[in-house]
Amino acid sequence: MTFTLRVNPIACTGHGMCAELLPEVIELDRWGYPILVSPAVPRPLLAHARRAAQACPTLALLIEEKAGKRR
Amino acid sequence: MTATRPLAVTRPLAVTGPALPAARPGGSPGARLPRLLSGISAERMAGLPGHERHYGPLPEVARSPGRSGNRPRGLRPERLIDIVEAAGLTGRGGAGFPAGRKMRSVAAGAGRPAVVANGAEGEPASRKDRLLLTRLPHLVLDGITLAAQAVGADEAYLCVHGTDGAVLDRLDHAVAERRAAGLDPVPVQVTGIPGRYVSSEQSSIVQYLNGGQGKPTFSPPRPHERGVNGKPTLVHNVETLAHLALIARRGDRWFRGAGLPSAPGSMLVTVGGAVTRPGVYEIEMGTPAGQVIMLAGGPAERLQALLIGGYFGAWLPAEAAWPVPMTHAGLKAAGGALGAGIVIALPAAACPIAETARVVRYLAQESAGQCGPCLFGLPALADALAGLAYSGGRDRGIDDIAALIQLVEGRGACRHPDGAAQLARSLLAAFPADTHWHQRQGPCGGVGRAPVLPLPRDEERHWDWE
Repeated sequence: MTFTLRVNPIACTGHGMCAELLPEVIELDRWGYPILVSPAVPRPLLAHARRAAQACPTLALLIEEKAGKRR
Repeated sequence: MTATRPLAVTRPLAVTGPALPAARPGGSPGARLPRLLSGISAERMAGLPGHERHYGPLPEVARSPGRSGNRPRGLRPERLIDIVEAAGLTGRGGAGFPAGRKMRSVAAGAGRPAVVANGAEGEPASRKDRLLLTRLPHLVLDGITLAAQAVGADEAYLCVHGTDGAVLDRLDHAVAERRAAGLDPVPVQVTGIPGRYVSSEQSSIVQYLNGGQGKPTFSPPRPHERGVNGKPTLVHNVETLAHLALIARRGDRWFRGAGLPSAPGSMLVTVGGAVTRPGVYEIEMGTPAGQVIMLAGGPAERLQALLIGGYFGAWLPAEAAWPVPMTHAGLKAAGGALGAGIVIALPAAACPIAETARVVRYLAQESAGQCGPCLFGLPALADALAGLAYSGGRDRGIDDIAALIQLVEGRGACRHPDGAAQLARSLLAAFPADTHWHQRQGPCGGVGRAPVLPLPRDEERHWDWE
């Protein structure tokens, strides 16, 4: 099982909570929208990633679970 | 509304020439074309009888068996999909996805599918879809009917720009003719969609048909999974469907008698800019770009570059572009994109930076404004390009453009920001001397020239979403 972050760019309004809660993986661009430095979530950060996804005010941060390599 | 731009000159010339790949058995290259455009007549608009006389009657597709006791007559739906797949037809709207594979996945989806024909040509430089819809509407409608039967759809839509009254009238008339003749088992609903650039993107069309404003949606689900009314939805460009109409009549081997083995068939191209006979032409897939320019009468003045693929496409220096085959793979390898087959010749005296800045400004204004990187990034990119074009690199230069390209690319729900980014990136790649000259010296003499790349006039555009 691999976990991949994805942003729904329509839902995202640039609150920036995700970058605060998951700075290892998410940076903000010059307008305040998240840039995923690496979409794959390392295992040790999974709990933080879940917290970031839950904290997003517009629920725009998604964690997609993929079994094995194939989708 | 009534002011429509003049219809593209249509000279459906056959492509002949030495640069084509070795002819396959089955005749000289010139004998193969035109195909789609063979039925265009300057004297009369093709009505249904004339259409059937020229192209032959609509092939019958068998209804799904078990309806009555009768043995179904006509082509089996799965067989039709097999033929399309064997023909190697790819989407002619820009993405180039294999048409048969798309049909197969829609047919296999959950529930009765819907079919959407996309005739809402969003590219300002493209005229081919409008040409088909106004002059050969029955070829497109045949394709819709066949596609609907092949995938077992019970709803079919033909979407065009809602502001184009001439096209809507023409299609209403054609649909009425067919209804009177009892031709279409699945009734085709002609639908006008918003005239915004992003509204012709497939998820926008589906969103509009589902009651939305005609803006792109986040995926999944993609239209082929869950589209119109939640049904698996087959969205094909109208040219793709017109090819399908001929493939169903003549077969996959006939289709492969033109073009390359890896990119079979013919395609429509819209040629513009500094050529002597701008217009829509039918070419074999794989025809070198330079030959396309020659087909359109050749350069009207000395050229420096070609813009291929439209405003989501790329600039290529004229010399480098000349031998590049008009296929998705060929253009990709050359750093470009085939898109919907647009080729614009840029004269040596024009400024590619000013041209690109104008188009990226237009694309920025045409954004749906839903995604932050597109909403903020495209205007910033347009500003940076205009700065380089008109005031040199004093404050905004090449590096800033390159950084903005990175910031917008791949960060929208649809490919709108990606298209603008590709165009801007190709500017930096194709014209390093020009961009550096501007950065050092300021505007060149070309910035004052009348624009080459066509854009709709402001009063023709739709600025607001309903």
